[in-house]
Amino acid sequence: MELLRFFTAGNVDDGKSTLIGRLLFDSNSISTDIIETLTRQSKATGNDADIDLALLTDGLRAEREQGITIDVAYKYFTTEKRKFIIADTPGHSQYTRNMFTGASNTDLAIILVDARNGITDQTKRHSIISSILGIPHILVCINKMDLVNYDENVYNQIQEDYLKFSKELNLKNVSFIPTSALTGENVVTNSENLAWYKGASLFEFLEQVEIPHEEENQDSRFQVQYVIRPQTEDLHDYRGYAGSVLSGTFKKGQEVQIFPLESKTTISKIEQNGKEIIEASAGESIIIHLEHDLDVSRGSTIVPLNQQIESEKNLEATICWMDNKAFQAGQKLILQQNSFRTKAIVKEIDSKIDIHNFSEIESDGTIQLNEFCKIQLKTAENISFDSYKKNRKTGAFILINENTNNTVAAGIIN
Amino acid sequence: MDYLDQLEAEAIYILREVAGQFDRPALLFSGGKDSICLVHLALKAFRPGKFPFPLVHVDTGHNFQEALDYRDLLAKQLDEKLIVRYVEDTIKAKNLQDGKGKFPSRNGLQTYTLLDVIEEFEFDACIGGARRDEEKARAKERIFSVRDEFGQWDPKKQRPEIWNIYNGKIDKGENVRVFPISNWTELDVWNYIKRENIVLPSIYFTHERECILTENGQLMNTNKFVELDENDVIVTKNVRYRTVGDMTCTSAVESEAYTVDDIISEIKETKISERGATRMDDRVSEAAMEDRKKGGYF
Repeated sequence: MELLRFFTAGNVDDGKSTLIGRLLFDSNSISTDIIETLTRQSKATGNDADIDLALLTDGLRAEREQGITIDVAYKYFTTEKRKFIIADTPGHSQYTRNMFTGASNTDLAIILVDARNGITDQTKRHSIISSILGIPHILVCINKMDLVNYDENVYNQIQEDYLKFSKELNLKNVSFIPTSALTGENVVTNSENLAWYKGASLFEFLEQVEIPHEEENQDSRFQVQYVIRPQTEDLHDYRGYAGSVLSGTFKKGQEVQIFPLESKTTISKIEQNGKEIIEASAGESIIIHLEHDLDVSRGSTIVPLNQQIESEKNLEATICWMDNKAFQAGQKLILQQNSFRTKAIVKEIDSKIDIHNFSEIESDGTIQLNEFCKIQLKTAENISFDSYKKNRKTGAFILINENTNNTVAAGIIN
Repeated sequence: MDYLDQLEAEAIYILREVAGQFDRPALLFSGGKDSICLVHLALKAFRPGKFPFPLVHVDTGHNFQEALDYRDLLAKQLDEKLIVRYVEDTIKAKNLQDGKGKFPSRNGLQTYTLLDVIEEFEFDACIGGARRDEEKARAKERIFSVRDEFGQWDPKKQRPEIWNIYNGKIDKGENVRVFPISNWTELDVWNYIKRENIVLPSIYFTHERECILTENGQLMNTNKFVELDENDVIVTKNVRYRTVGDMTCTSAVESEAYTVDDIISEIKETKISERGATRMDDRVSEAAMEDRKKGGYF
């Protein structure tokens, strides 16, 4: 069975919670005791509906009080064909960083559009962030079709508007579905009211959409997380490099280069779960042994000798600022790329990205919470990377404030 | 990769991040199925090396003997270090009020012992088997969940956790709770137990047990901590435990599940959630879990 991770962005008003509630309800993923609790609470909040589905997803007291989603919640459901992980993310611009967090490692974005309102600033923001993150599939759910008399023209117009707006965004695969989450139409079952729509229902779409597994076909990258050295009598010389295959495949006997050292050696053995294996591919957690005794440690990157990787101290990146405190020039930061860490400073802020139209505006030297900027970074040590477009695993990093230890930015290497 | 392979790889990746980022991590082990899976995953992550952390158990004194026996045997078989600290000792040392009522729970009290053991060994990371599908406050928590010096969780100050890059940088005195199987559901855990042939304590499978049938229909094990009175309805039924917590606040479910396969079909059929079926402590209020976490609970 396959695993699909997707995110939904939006607010209660957009019908997001209702939509998620539908998916969970109709896939029998909500237990009766939880429904009972919800019914009790829904009565307490004085909501007209039998069950206020937002209460299901908004798990924090503050969220229930304010009726908004503040932070990401993860929800799970399974069908005969797939296991799904939903990152339910907030829609408000003030919680952009939380949306970015939930969206970051998903394969599909569900962007909700209220059929009455069409494309809004929020639609644009969510689409642009999906574009920056390189989300492989975008599904635009044109929701609340029941409130526009199931009018095909409304649907067509929104679809046209969206395609026009998103032309510049390089979105990979864009699909559209007309739905009414409230009535359940086109969520699980097709609807007579929407008979003019011949495509898949949301459920069918989720079960059928191709999961890209991009990293399987990319250049091979492995990063060391931890060095296993038992130092016991019988395993005296054992030295295994534990980590995950970030992309591509690695084979026993393969000639490799270790970065940032740039020294060459050969893979002498690959182990997984106590057994020796010949080959390992993207996503697998393994232990690699090398022919030569080199200075390989946590954060070292292993690359086949016949493949290239960038390795340098100067980077051009797009970052999303996530700290409540604005960026300060000269601020000392730590850059973390998977398990690799090095000190870093922002050399230059090239421009700011307008998150509602994707245009670049001149930087005034500041970066505030939730802003996207193009910057020049300088690191203390060489970092081995690919552009994010080429490889989502080696082209992504976070910035950590050295004083507060907080994660202050997420970055993708251009 | 199959979804269980993906969940497994993710958990191993997280365990290795803990080993790589922290000086004094610990794995919180209860003898329950989730922490048993964690130990199994740790074997995959670190063998042939030793675990880079001890197993730590906060023994409430109300644990099931089967779970305790399992715990001791496992630590011995694996030749890994096991640290046990007792809530009973904390109650005496700190002069705390023991759990009250018909079913005296020490669930709240174990937070004290947990915080003490963290301080005693200066643990900077505690790995736990909590899952996001258990409860809606848990659904909001990060995989690396930073706690302050008092062990408190502040849902408003959670660090963004982007891609699978985990920031475990903390100051001295703080600690991080790490949840490698955050993205697993109860069913995933059982499917994994089946696939990996993991041995579990016997109370997970059906057995005959004398129970008190409570007013709201829960089956509570009769034991020395619960005083029987004449109105109690005592029944003997074939039951099993879906979660293994304190015997004073974990109820049994009627079951004829003799094997892991039986349990899997039972869970697929059941309409009641894991915590709803078995935990009295979460019924207290809507935000019970959120409040306990804020106070330092797992």
